[in-house]
Amino acid sequence: MKSEKLITDILIIGGGTAGCYAGLTIAKNSPGTKVIICEKANIKRSGCLASGVNALNAYITEGHTPQDYVDYARKDADEIVRGDLLLTMSERLNSVTERLEKLGLVILKDENGKYVTRGNRNLKINGENIKPILAKAVENLPNVRIMNHVNITDFSVEDNRIKGAYGFGTESGIFYTIQAKAVIIATGGASGLYKPNNAGFSRHKMWYSPFNTGAGYAMGIRAGAEMTTLEMRFIALRCKDTISPTGTLAQGVGAKQINSLGEVYENKYGLTTSQRVHGTVTENIEGRGPCYLRTEGITPEQDESLLKAYLNMSPSQTIKWIESGKNPSQQNVEIEGTEPYIVGGHTASGYWVDTKRATTINGLFASGDVAGGCPQKYVTGALAEGEISALSAIDYIKSEKTPDISNAEISEHLSETEKYFSDTSSLFTCEQLEEAMQTVMDSYAGGIKTNYRFNEKQLDLADEKISKLEKLAGNLHADDCHELMFIYELKERLTVCHSLIAHLKARKETRWHSFAENLDYPEKDNINFRCYINSRLENGSLKIIKRELVKENQIYEHSN
Amino acid sequence: MSIAIDRNKCVGCGKCSEVCPGSLIKLDGKKAYIKYPKDCWGCTSCIKECPVNAVKFFLGADIGGMGSLVHTESKGDILNWVIEHYDGRVTEIQINSKESNKY
Repeated sequence: MKSEKLITDILIIGGGTAGCYAGLTIAKNSPGTKVIICEKANIKRSGCLASGVNALNAYITEGHTPQDYVDYARKDADEIVRGDLLLTMSERLNSVTERLEKLGLVILKDENGKYVTRGNRNLKINGENIKPILAKAVENLPNVRIMNHVNITDFSVEDNRIKGAYGFGTESGIFYTIQAKAVIIATGGASGLYKPNNAGFSRHKMWYSPFNTGAGYAMGIRAGAEMTTLEMRFIALRCKDTISPTGTLAQGVGAKQINSLGEVYENKYGLTTSQRVHGTVTENIEGRGPCYLRTEGITPEQDESLLKAYLNMSPSQTIKWIESGKNPSQQNVEIEGTEPYIVGGHTASGYWVDTKRATTINGLFASGDVAGGCPQKYVTGALAEGEISALSAIDYIKSEKTPDISNAEISEHLSETEKYFSDTSSLFTCEQLEEAMQTVMDSYAGGIKTNYRFNEKQLDLADEKISKLEKLAGNLHADDCHELMFIYELKERLTVCHSLIAHLKARKETRWHSFAENLDYPEKDNINFRCYINSRLENGSLKIIKRELVKENQIYEHSN
Repeated sequence: MSIAIDRNKCVGCGKCSEVCPGSLIKLDGKKAYIKYPKDCWGCTSCIKECPVNAVKFFLGADIGGMGSLVHTESKGDILNWVIEHYDGRVTEIQINSKESNKY
């Protein structure tokens, strides 16, 4: 591989929602600062917003305060959140929304020019083109270099201080070393750890971007960063088959969750995110499935609007309605839970950060789905965290010189990467090992197969089997740089699986049904587990750290 | 879940290949093809990029797809979704990008 070294002030890894907004923030607040954004696809449609989104789900509506949003998220996660992070995010939700509107996003307004709200926290938008709008704004910035089709695989860290990162061009085949004074990690969460709802031809028809493979978590774990609350998995309740959003039906047209007997069951189990999934699972187990969102009887105008709304965010569902010859007013929409994901934009999984979004590695900041402690981010929360991490990075580099990455370190990483082109010893393909990993997680770590439930014995087996797969992954062969990316993605997922299993094992209680349902400890244990479960890799083994909850009105600061 | 590319229509501009968030579409000589059809997320970014409607989206049979093919035509603020049914019927849905969703 041809090897190139680049030097910049701030490196942003991942050009999705948070990464793009971090770039915009740096350009606005510190125009002379040089920025590189590395994106493994193309920022125009990469990340979670590829097909669009039809509401901004995190906004402080009139009559509410940022603290109300903190309280809502805290309740939804049954206390295991960081109030300080939620508050600093919530305070910025409205200003980032206004900026997005100025960039060109269409937001529904009433005759007085005020935003029309959906429930207490949501705005209605036309978000089909939200990512191209964001990407175009970033493309116009003079000091921001966008490197599309560059896959970053590892940080360079010395004495717990970030020096930059390594990666390669998936099309160009160039090996890159990027030196930076500060790094913002914004690669998104991890999908593809578990066997998906439809494991065959439509295996990637999943809730979350299948291309978010946990790279940011894995790089951090390997570099010794402290991670938090990985055990709070996210399982989305979705329209069956198309795995399309249900919020537009539930909140938009008030569709209730009903079982096959037509009974509304959602009130029986509670209305938090995990309870809605748990209720649906339980109704199925007890023989009252399948479950639906009751859309029969809605008006023809609502039908027409729903067909359009889904085309603007998840076109498969509209196509499904049209192919069936029945609109939602004529047939209830069947729902199911997805496979579990690790995603800090919805739950509290990710890097252990302070209010500046500084990780425990000096000079490394985290934002969006990789940043922990701060759930219910949605689009605007990711933008807010992109802004906070960018402002923190600008501040950090004022007193920092660019650290040097030595030629010896570079050639070591280069040969590790190139090894996959020459190694022909493996009988297995990357795809086979990925399927094996998903089967292990599905069977032993609480996948769809076991109704998301697990016990300790199963987790031990999962850990053992994941370790074996990690060994096999080390000998895989790549013919080109796309296949090389597949290998790295698999390795990232295996690293995340290890940490996830350790976290699931450490929380010996069941606080969130479905998200972390431990059959050995089926009850909530507030005496021992009203705390954060954190972890850090030390001398090759994962150390679990229990940390006290950051109390209301307290702020946590790193003290290393 | 995937796309079908009409190689007779494809002009080889590479726009679909460039935009795909999974980098799944490659150019084979002067025409685009989907190298990893099972890895498609169904985001429809590629069909919105194609200048000649050569890229069409369909639902896999495993998730209930019946074989309808979908493409979009963009005219000013209007994005026209064209669904060619397996039985020959055609459904069109026009969406004005300046109008918000109501739900």
